[in-house]
Amino acid sequence: MAIEYKQTQLLTDVPRHYCPGCGHGIIHRLVAEAIDELDAGAKAVGVSPVGCSVFANNYFNFDMVNALHGRAPAVGTGIKRARPDALVFTYQGDGDLASIGAAEVVHAAMRGEKITTIFVNNAIYGMTGGQMAPTTLVGQKTATSPNGRDADWCGSPIRICEMLSTLEGAYYIARVALDTPAHINQAKKTIKQAFKYQLEGKGYCLIEVLSTCPTNWGMSPVEAMDWLSENMIAYYPLGVFKDKGAM
Amino acid sequence: MAKKLMKGSEAIAEAAIRNGCRFFFGYPITPQTEIPEYFSERMFEEEVHGCFLQAESEIAAINMVYGAASTGVRAMTSSSSPGISLKQEGISSLCAAELPCLIFNIMRGGPGIGSIQAGQGDYFQAVKGGGHGDYNMITFAPSSVQETINCIGQAFPLAEKYRMPVMICADGIIAQMMEPVELPEMQPYEVDPAEKPWAATGWDPKNPVGERANVTSLYVETEQLDVLSARLQGRYAIIRETEPQWEAYNMENAEIVVTAFGTIARIAKSVIDELKDEGINVGMLRPITIWPFPYDAVREAATQPGVKAVLDVEMNAGQMLEDVKLAINGAQNVDFFGHCGSHLPTVDEIREKILSMREE
Amino acid sequence: MLEQCIFAGFGGQGTLLIGKFLACAGLMEGKEVTWLPSYGPEMRGGTANCSVVVSDRPIAAPVVTAPNSVIAMNLPSLLKFEHTVKPGGTLIINSSLTNAKSSRDDLRVAYVPATEIAEKVGNPKGANVVILGAYLAMNPEIVAIDTIIEAMKEELGPRKMKFLDGNIKALHAGIDYVKNT
Repeated sequence: MAIEYKQTQLLTDVPRHYCPGCGHGIIHRLVAEAIDELDAGAKAVGVSPVGCSVFANNYFNFDMVNALHGRAPAVGTGIKRARPDALVFTYQGDGDLASIGAAEVVHAAMRGEKITTIFVNNAIYGMTGGQMAPTTLVGQKTATSPNGRDADWCGSPIRICEMLSTLEGAYYIARVALDTPAHINQAKKTIKQAFKYQLEGKGYCLIEVLSTCPTNWGMSPVEAMDWLSENMIAYYPLGVFKDKGAM
Repeated sequence: MAKKLMKGSEAIAEAAIRNGCRFFFGYPITPQTEIPEYFSERMFEEEVHGCFLQAESEIAAINMVYGAASTGVRAMTSSSSPGISLKQEGISSLCAAELPCLIFNIMRGGPGIGSIQAGQGDYFQAVKGGGHGDYNMITFAPSSVQETINCIGQAFPLAEKYRMPVMICADGIIAQMMEPVELPEMQPYEVDPAEKPWAATGWDPKNPVGERANVTSLYVETEQLDVLSARLQGRYAIIRETEPQWEAYNMENAEIVVTAFGTIARIAKSVIDELKDEGINVGMLRPITIWPFPYDAVREAATQPGVKAVLDVEMNAGQMLEDVKLAINGAQNVDFFGHCGSHLPTVDEIREKILSMREE
Repeated sequence: MLEQCIFAGFGGQGTLLIGKFLACAGLMEGKEVTWLPSYGPEMRGGTANCSVVVSDRPIAAPVVTAPNSVIAMNLPSLLKFEHTVKPGGTLIINSSLTNAKSSRDDLRVAYVPATEIAEKVGNPKGANVVILGAYLAMNPEIVAIDTIIEAMKEELGPRKMKFLDGNIKALHAGIDYVKNT
């Protein structure tokens, strides 16, 4: 049987602005394919963030709403409350979600908003040029931690999945990674499960995707994947942290 | 319909519901908290069946409004001065994303945390762009509970016509006082995708009809941003031309014209009534929309034959005063009386000021 | 007719409520009315007051700085508002809670032992309505007694209708006290 590789109709056919080796392209495809497989494109509303994926509005081929920095969970809340039948997801980076938008994501999870968050953690601010994020690893050099992140000075990185799992409103919380084909397949399955739960009317779901930023990490795409495997997964363990559907 | 005695904040919420608003997102702050309190009960009644949600912050609340408004529904938030400051980034965004909604500012005394008594210190913030970028929004400054209800009736249709947020700047006195009011009949509101093709009402990529919704305030290319700016500024020009509202009071044979807005205009009116009984004619030009500002009406009133001076009265250090002076452009003497914060100018003080102006 | 009055007392004395009764009755008689409460820090520390305006003409300012009448349900209210009353105006003092006398000789002053009167008619919480009765007896042109009773029905609503009879007794006791002293 011949296998034909086709792009899903849920992505637009325009050139992407992402850097070589960036994880956003993969994650966009996983999200679009998952929605497509659930036949939910006509009811999908994506909320894009501020950061590199601010341009996601141009790449997802369904209704899209762009939110201010960190506010995507509040915007998603407004959309979902107005259109309970819609499949609403927010797509947010680590600066957006874990720093400026920490309050919004915690409270969306606390309320058990029936929305899904795709949280892209690449341990750095991409769009602004590689500054320290709340998820930057200790010792990691960035534009604002040139000598490496100092835990005494600015604390240790925040583990969002572990934190949000403690909230009653959180229904499905998992962390996946893009460093190997097996992990990417797992990521797709996990994202799809989160959307399935939303379509079933279940509570708040968040999938954290460990991703790369070769440009701001100062690495080649391959080196970046290796760095993710060796350093990020050690601090951010993969797995399902909460699954009320499996309880 | 018989008039009903109603508290301002409750009348505001009820009037919004009767004008089809089914989505309210807010956060407690004095002196507007009775607005969310009212919604928190009323939205869940059978007849209304809407959504009230207490947000985690004013910032979240305005962004929830942004989300709901993206789908085309009539959405609203309310707050008071410091809370409105927190919402400013969201307001700028709503303007740029061309999303209609209603924002209430029940103004209190500032700056800072200030006082919780009525204030008027947010005039600049409302009409000169409290957030970033070149934007404006229609802003009402009603002076009674009934007028506030009437402004709400106009607010949603105007917001939808011009695709912008509409702000109503009332103050703590209007929210807290009870006055007899007449409320509109209940009008349902359904989103019509044909009327709001920009709204995220669902679009099927496999069976595309028209264009998908792409709600954004991001225009990275200067040329693209120019297109948005030209569209917004073109709209603003039409609004400046066609939408100013004002009240002219006792202008016949007026020798002095008072300019004032909101609650302070009512105190000035008491002075005008008193002086009229004593044979002294003082007129008043009261802007009802503070953006668009009724420049022509103010200039005409100020330069009416027989008028010797203009007195602007405000509960701030003279914010609307700048627009009054722009309107008059040197063609008449303009004096000012006011107090900052929540310090209410009294009938006696205004009266004394007017009498002293007559002697000059 | 332009009546501008201030009802002032401790929080919990029902001071704001009798102001509402008056405003509501004014509306029922086709008059213009406003009711403006104090709120926030002004209320904390125990004092609560409201300004009520009843008029034949549209009301300009709802804020009352020089009232025709002041109802002082306690000493702090008397000290705060006594000097603001217009000459010839009405000052009613709840003498159950203070022995203080007015220092003004240009006012119509009534000392009403409202708590004792309310207790005597079997409605110990009705001191506020006793005072309202006294106020109406001294100012009969503002609204009719029957209208005040209708307004009480409206404001109490079905849930608190059980308090109506006690309040009517307290109202008449206040009126009678003024008429007989």
